[in-house]
Order: sequence, then C-alpha cells, then structure tokens
Amino acid sequence: MPRALPYLLLLPASAFLLVFFFYPFGLVVVESMTRDGAWTTGNFTRMTDHWKFGQAVWNTIWLTAIVVPVQLVMALTMASVVQKLKTGRSALLYIFAIPLGISDLAAGLIWLAIFEQSGFLNSILHSFGIIDRPQLFLGYQSVWVIFLAVCLAEIWRATAIMMVILVAGLGLIPKEYNEAAEVFGASRWQRFTRVTLPMLRPSLQTALILRILMAFEVFAVVVALGGTTLPVLMGETFQWQFQLQDRGVAAAYAMVILGLSVAFSLIVLRLLHVPKGARV
Amino acid sequence: MKTGLKITLLATASALISTSLAADTLLWSTQAKPIEETQAMREQVLAGFDGEVSFEPADEGPWQTRLTAELTAGSGSIGALGALHGDFTGVSDGLSDLSAIDVSSVAPGFVELGKLGTDTQKYIPWMQATYIMAAHRQALEYLPEGADLMALSYDELVAWAANMHEATGEPRFGFPAGPQGLKHRFFQGYLLPSFTGSMVTEFRSDAAEDAWNSFLALWEHTNPASTNFSFMQEQLIAGDAWVVFDHTARLADAFNQQPDDFVAFPAPAGPAGRGFMPVLAGVAVPVTAPDPEEAAALVRYLLEPETQIATLRATNFFPVIDLDLPDDMPASVQAAGPAISAMSGADDALPALLPVGLGSLGGQFNQVYSDTFERIVLAGQPVRAVLDDQAEALRRVIDEAAAPCWAPDAASDGPCPVN
Repeated sequence: MPRALPYLLLLPASAFLLVFFFYPFGLVVVESMTRDGAWTTGNFTRMTDHWKFGQAVWNTIWLTAIVVPVQLVMALTMASVVQKLKTGRSALLYIFAIPLGISDLAAGLIWLAIFEQSGFLNSILHSFGIIDRPQLFLGYQSVWVIFLAVCLAEIWRATAIMMVILVAGLGLIPKEYNEAAEVFGASRWQRFTRVTLPMLRPSLQTALILRILMAFEVFAVVVALGGTTLPVLMGETFQWQFQLQDRGVAAAYAMVILGLSVAFSLIVLRLLHVPKGARV
Repeated sequence: MKTGLKITLLATASALISTSLAADTLLWSTQAKPIEETQAMREQVLAGFDGEVSFEPADEGPWQTRLTAELTAGSGSIGALGALHGDFTGVSDGLSDLSAIDVSSVAPGFVELGKLGTDTQKYIPWMQATYIMAAHRQALEYLPEGADLMALSYDELVAWAANMHEATGEPRFGFPAGPQGLKHRFFQGYLLPSFTGSMVTEFRSDAAEDAWNSFLALWEHTNPASTNFSFMQEQLIAGDAWVVFDHTARLADAFNQQPDDFVAFPAPAGPAGRGFMPVLAGVAVPVTAPDPEEAAALVRYLLEPETQIATLRATNFFPVIDLDLPDDMPASVQAAGPAISAMSGADDALPALLPVGLGSLGGQFNQVYSDTFERIVLAGQPVRAVLDDQAEALRRVIDEAAAPCWAPDAASDGPCPVN
C-alpha cells in the first residue's frame, strides 16, 4: 500500500470541508469585523446596543441550563432501562427515537397545535369543565409559559439523540466490572455511580457536547411557539440577516454563538476528562 | 417558476420587437408586471384609447436604466411613464410639466404629491392601494354617541373599543402585531402622522408621546392574542376581533366570504390630520417623449372614470378619483372602495408615503417602529425614554441611507433630520 493512499482517500472530504465550511466560515469571521471594507468593532457594538441582545443571550443560556440537565437524566434512565430489557429492546428503542425523525420546525408546530388558543390543551381543559372559554397560553404577557413550552418541546424532541449515544456507550462497558462489583456486595446504585457512570464518561462527553451545541442553535421551535416574543441568539441572527439585511451584525451574532459553544464544550471536556491510561 | 420566467422573457422580447416596429406611444411601467395584469392592461384598459399604445412593464432597475439612458441621450422612445411615487422621486428633473391636465377630480392630497415638492405637476396620480379599517356589523351598536363611522377620531376609536370591551367582557379590537403582521405601517403612516404630522422628523416629539399614549389606551381593549395576528381577515371571520386595521388585500377574504357581516371605514384622525399610507402610482411624461401631445392624451384617458374602473379590475389598485363602483365588482372591492375614497378625499386627509430612498435599509427602518411598539406596549417601558433611544436608531438608519425626507415630512436637503 503506497504511503500516500490514506491521505488521498481523505482528500475529497478535506477539500469539501475546506471549500464549503472553512472558507465561508472565514468569510463570516471577516464579515463580523468589517463594515464597508474597513476593520471595525461597530457590528458588535450595534449588536450589544440593541435592546433584545441581553434577553437573547440569557434566554439561550437559561434554555440550555434547564433543558440539557433534564435531558441528561432522562436519557440516562431511558438508556439503562433499554439496556436491561431482554425482549422488546429494539422495539422500545425505535419508539423512543421517533421524535428524532421529526424536523425541529415540525416539532415546534406539533407543540403549537397543543398550546395555541384553539389547540388540544384548551379543548381538553374545556371538555373537563376546568375552563369555560379558551385561554391564551402563548401570549406576550406570559413569556414564561412560552419558555416552558419551548423547554417541553426541546426535551421531547432531542432527548433521544442523547439516549442513542448512551445506549451505545453502555454496550461498550465490559460486563466483568459490574459482576466484580456485585461479588464485592455493591448495591445497584453504587454499581451505577461507581462503575457505570465513570466508564460511560467518553459517551457522556460526546452526548453532552452534541446536545449543548444544538441547544445554543435552538431556533425553529422557538419561532413556531413564540414568534419574536422570546428572543434567542439564533432567532436574532436570522432577523438581522434576512429581515434587517445587515450581514455584519448577523455575523457578529454568529460569533457569539460560536464563542458560547466553544466555551461550554471546553468546560464539558474538562469536567469529564478521561485520563489516557483509563480509556477503555 | 422556470416556465413563468420563460413566458416573461418571451413577452418582453415580443414586446420589444413590436415597439421597435410600430410608432405607438410607449407606456413604460413598473406596475402591472404579472403577466395576467399586463394582458389585462393591454386588452381591457388601454384598448379603449383613441390611439396606439404599447404597454411594457419592467422591474424598477431596468425601468430606471432605460429612462436615465434616454434622458442622458436627450432623445428617446418612451412616451409615458407609469410608476410608484418613490420611483419618480429620483428622476424628477426628467419629467415634463403636466399642469395643463385637469386634475380637479383627483384627491387634492395626491395632486400635491404629484408635484414632487416642486411648483409643477411632475406626475398625475394614477391608482392606489392602502390600509383601512374594518368592523363586524355587531360592533356598530357600541359606537360612541355622535361618532361618525366614516370620520372617526382616535379618541372615538378608543372609546368604541372600551365600550365593546365593557359590554361583552372581551377586548374586541384586533391589531396585526404578529411576526408577519403589518404593524409598522400603522405606526409609520397612521398613528404618528395623525398626531405629529410627520413620520420621521417629529419621531420623539411631545406629540409623538401623545400618539403612543393614545395607542396604549387602545391596547387596553385590544385582544392580547394580537401579537400572533398577521392577516386580520382570519380574526374577523373567526370572531376573535370585531374592529381591525390592515391592508385591503389582507381583509379581502372577510368581505368576499361574508359580505353582509362586515363594513370597511377610513382610518381615524388625530390632532394633526387623518394620517394614512397610500401606495400611490402615477403617470408622467419624460421630457424626451417623441410625441408629448399624444402622451398627454393617454394620461388624460387613464384618469377617466371608466378607465379607472377597468384599471381596478386589471390590477386590484383602486381609483384615485371619487366614483361609484359598478355592482359586479367583488364584495371586497365594493366595501373597501368607498372607505378608501372617503379617506383620501377627507378634508383632513394627510397622505404619508411608503419610505423613499432607503434601499436595503427598509427593513431596519421598519424595525425601529416595531421595536418602539414592543418596548412601549409589550415590555411596558416608559414612553419618553424609549422614544429618545429609538430616535437614535432611526437617525442612524436615515443617515446611513442618506435619505431625504418624504411626505408628510417637509423636503430636506440632506438626510431627513430626526429632531
């Protein structure tokens, strides 16, 4: 085998990445720091001066801070349950993974159909006689309801992706460790926290990073449920690029999302660091 | 899409060939571009003209380029121009004086706009579209004492909404404040001009503060779900709102589906007048027209009542003159027509035009007004502080575009000032 072969095989993918990812990415970086051809921080000040910027940052961070831990716990539980099953394992796996097959906009619309004024929730409450006329849940006066609805939709939609990764991770852990712990009299909980979780760290890392990146890019679900009432970073990026036609500020927003993503990925990598010698 | 493009190309090509062969009067237009409207203009509107006309629509870019080229060359083949007010502002010097044409039947506010800030009649108003108010008939019984539906004031509108709210226990006013709603047009063309006589210059004046306070009072009686409303015809039909504001095209379904249930009426008036935002198209004659006499005759023909009605059928733009519409018009046209002519012909009519000269900054200009609304009304921030803050944003957009003032603001030399 010629020594160049691996590189040759990697070349098409690398070229693709260079042309369609790194090059446009570089353009966006430049775009965020220039205005009319001159270097400036104007795009960033214009972004931070806008009254919705602070709200957008905090809403995005809060969404991530609430959604991701809930999903982590749920995904761990679901993965453990699936792992323990003798029969019907793949059937359950498929059922859990159904929301994965739905686009995020469609997921947002499904939850909109539940929460809107003429939606399912109102019909159910009405048919039970709890309310006498349809309530407005997703109004501007109750942003927290919109926030809650977005959390629900996000949890429903994206927990499965973490679960799938964790199921794969659980499958990689050799049975002997658990059996040895059992022999020494460790309880179920002890085995989970002392054996399974540490061994699962690489998969947890992947799942968390993937999910946090997705959380910072949350967009379609928020737009479907809250319109512009609940500003998030990705929504503002879209707004500045297409509604306000200011690519510089849109690029600045993209930089903020990138910065947050990198920072949080580094934190996760650091927290779940696996020493080289301890890798399975 | 592709076939549509091909057809347009073919049509343009054939139109170019036909004009180069015959010595017709060429009507070079940015309006009636869709192929159906173009055909209707040729076959139903212009066929009745006593002379040969060739109607050729084009996008704003090519329209401007060809006109400028002919003006620069000092001779040309364009006989008459059809375009929006904003299209004419950049070529004002190339338009001949049409003061000789009788415009007594046209709403005076529009005639004034046709002068483009000069002493001569640069273009003759041709057709218009606009935003109006509509109400369910059952709302009419709550009209405040002595109020005339065809000449409401903002105070009366607020009182009306309050009456309905009190009597039915529900806020019944509806406003298109959803993401796709045209709320910014209401603030730009209706609310602010009615109180300040201005769209830009007096943005943060005391009168503007009054305007926003008046809107806050109206908002008390507005369906809070309005922040999700975009096409008010839906809420009218569903009964979620009884009195609404929107573009005529976004109200049409309500009138066409239940013609007996709804009425259309003019926008209310404030202390400075009855602000409204017409999308106004006009016809002009360039100084290089090969046959100015024939072109002027064509302009006169377009102003005739029958032609105006034929134009309405062809383009869905309303007449600029006051006339009775025939009975076979769609219900939406029947309903909106009188409201529009009452609004544009009112003594206190104050036309406020679509922004001119902003180019790609139009979105940011609109955002200033939407942000002001969201901050004052939805976020409950103090009116004075928000106006001062948003005035800065407005000034930045106007300065960046270097856009001079447009009606109703007085003409300016440089970028339109924000006081």
